Amino acid sequence: MNNNDKLQLQILAAKARLGAVLGTFHAKSGHPGGSLSAADIMTYLYFKEMNVDPADPKGADRDRFVLSKGHCCPSLYAVLALKGFFEWDELTKLRHVGAMLQGHPDMKGTPGIDMSTGSLGQGVSAACGMALAGKFDKKDYRVYAILGDGECEEGQVWEAAMFAAHNKLDNLVIIVDQNGLQIDGPVSEVCGIEPLDKKFESFGFNVVKIDGHNFDEIEAAFENAKSAKGQPTAILAKTVKGKGVSFMENQVDWHGKGPNKAEFEQATAELQAEITRLEGEC
Amino acid sequence: MADVVTKATRESFGEALCELAKENDKILVLDADLAGATKTSIFQKAFPERFFDCGIAEGNMMSIAAGLSTCGKIPVAASFAMFATGRAYEQIRNSIGYPNLNVKIAGSHAGISTGEDGATHQCLEDVALMRTIPGMTVICPADHYEMKAATKAAIELEGPVYIRLGRLAIDSFNDPETYEFELGKGITLHEGSDITVIATGLVVNEARKAVETLEKEGVNVRLINIHTIKPIDREIVIKAAQETGRIITIEEHNVIGGLGDAVCDVVTSECPVPVRKVGVYDRFGYSGPAWELLEKFGLTETGIAQVIREEMAKK
Repeated sequence: MNNNDKLQLQILAAKARLGAVLGTFHAKSGHPGGSLSAADIMTYLYFKEMNVDPADPKGADRDRFVLSKGHCCPSLYAVLALKGFFEWDELTKLRHVGAMLQGHPDMKGTPGIDMSTGSLGQGVSAACGMALAGKFDKKDYRVYAILGDGECEEGQVWEAAMFAAHNKLDNLVIIVDQNGLQIDGPVSEVCGIEPLDKKFESFGFNVVKIDGHNFDEIEAAFENAKSAKGQPTAILAKTVKGKGVSFMENQVDWHGKGPNKAEFEQATAELQAEITRLEGEC
Repeated sequence: MADVVTKATRESFGEALCELAKENDKILVLDADLAGATKTSIFQKAFPERFFDCGIAEGNMMSIAAGLSTCGKIPVAASFAMFATGRAYEQIRNSIGYPNLNVKIAGSHAGISTGEDGATHQCLEDVALMRTIPGMTVICPADHYEMKAATKAAIELEGPVYIRLGRLAIDSFNDPETYEFELGKGITLHEGSDITVIATGLVVNEARKAVETLEKEGVNVRLINIHTIKPIDREIVIKAAQETGRIITIEEHNVIGGLGDAVCDVVTSECPVPVRKVGVYDRFGYSGPAWELLEKFGLTETGIAQVIREEMAKK
């Protein structure tokens, strides 16, 4: 990836974070922490990796994306708006009565959402179903799912992992957003999931470990996934919860609450400054 | 009248899937290590490349079915009713019901007639659970011919459907020459004006026999077969309430949340008349041969006839 491409992705990711903060501020609720940790990966997927067309959001041959950790939709909504699936202004109505953007992704109401999610563990299985359909139809599309590290405590994740490996779903890539925190505290203290790499390897996955905020590593991981034949890939992405907003970073409190006006203004100022800085480097 | 076919509805279902799959290549079948019992094995044998065993992981199977349906497939996910609708309830609600996906859920070994396996496997809650999901169609066919027609209708309907299958081989009573199945439409099997019996599934034929006995005793019983519990045929229920003034519902299910409650929902709001709900009275089942259990729970001809007499005495 050349430097300019990387800068463009970084700018888009900062804008996605801005959208996540904007949405959760107007909603007075939502999940900014995990939205911010996964923002770089979502940005890469929609602007570099995936074959999707906002003019044809249900195209049969498109790549599919499932946000298994559905609560982190504020940044996904921002990415979809940046990509042109709907107007940016929708973010200011997030979680409002009658709004298009629901508290968790709704595939029936929101263009660009491929699967309704919110109940943890189920998205990975749905992604397996999509990947299986692709294999059955001998189509080339690929299926991506982001899940949380806390979500790996759900047994269904491992049922899906068994199914994916057994059925050789090499068109499936799951990305674990390892920000290390869940509602009740650090994942390692609530109900530890490590060694996650060995778990996925033993379940038959091609495992890649990366820094989930480094676009070179993100790109290399998705390229690696394409070379894995006959097995699904798990990208274990080490991330920072609340990434990009100083007072939210690594703070478990920011899992599930919206910023107040002062916090919103500070977060926006920080992200705007980052965008200005990055644009200066272009 | 064609010959009586003695067959479990699970088997009729497996056969129907095979016939439909010949014409419709979107149909894929999933099971959770019970193909031999749910009879999806019949489909598996005919279409091995369109059959996927998910292993003993019902929740995963339901969400996989959801994913398949978003790609234009018509997935049929089968397991025992207990595990399909009980274990995987939340997956069905959130991954299939909420997005209103075109998934067909088949719950076999429903009811007390599962027999010897006992309480853990005798699902008495599946209809109640599936009725609570907005947009879910709930079907409980009563014999071989009805199951075949219902399976076809379920596949043709765009949207989620739960279809209840039984383990026990039972006699058919419908005549394939004249039988017509319409989703959401009850069938009057016997005209009558003294009292109405509304039944679903395996017990319909038992009710039919009881009604014939009562006729000899001079009681005119109207018998209605409700194969589609949701959406229920409101019209036929209201008419029965108005014209006969008293209703008995019969089902092989807990009296909480099943056919009886669905009928009461209509009756209480439209034409209040006494309704006696016959079924399993908020308790678990136990092991035993199916027909002995049905007898014990009052769900055979004898028990039903007795209830009709009791209700007639109250008029």
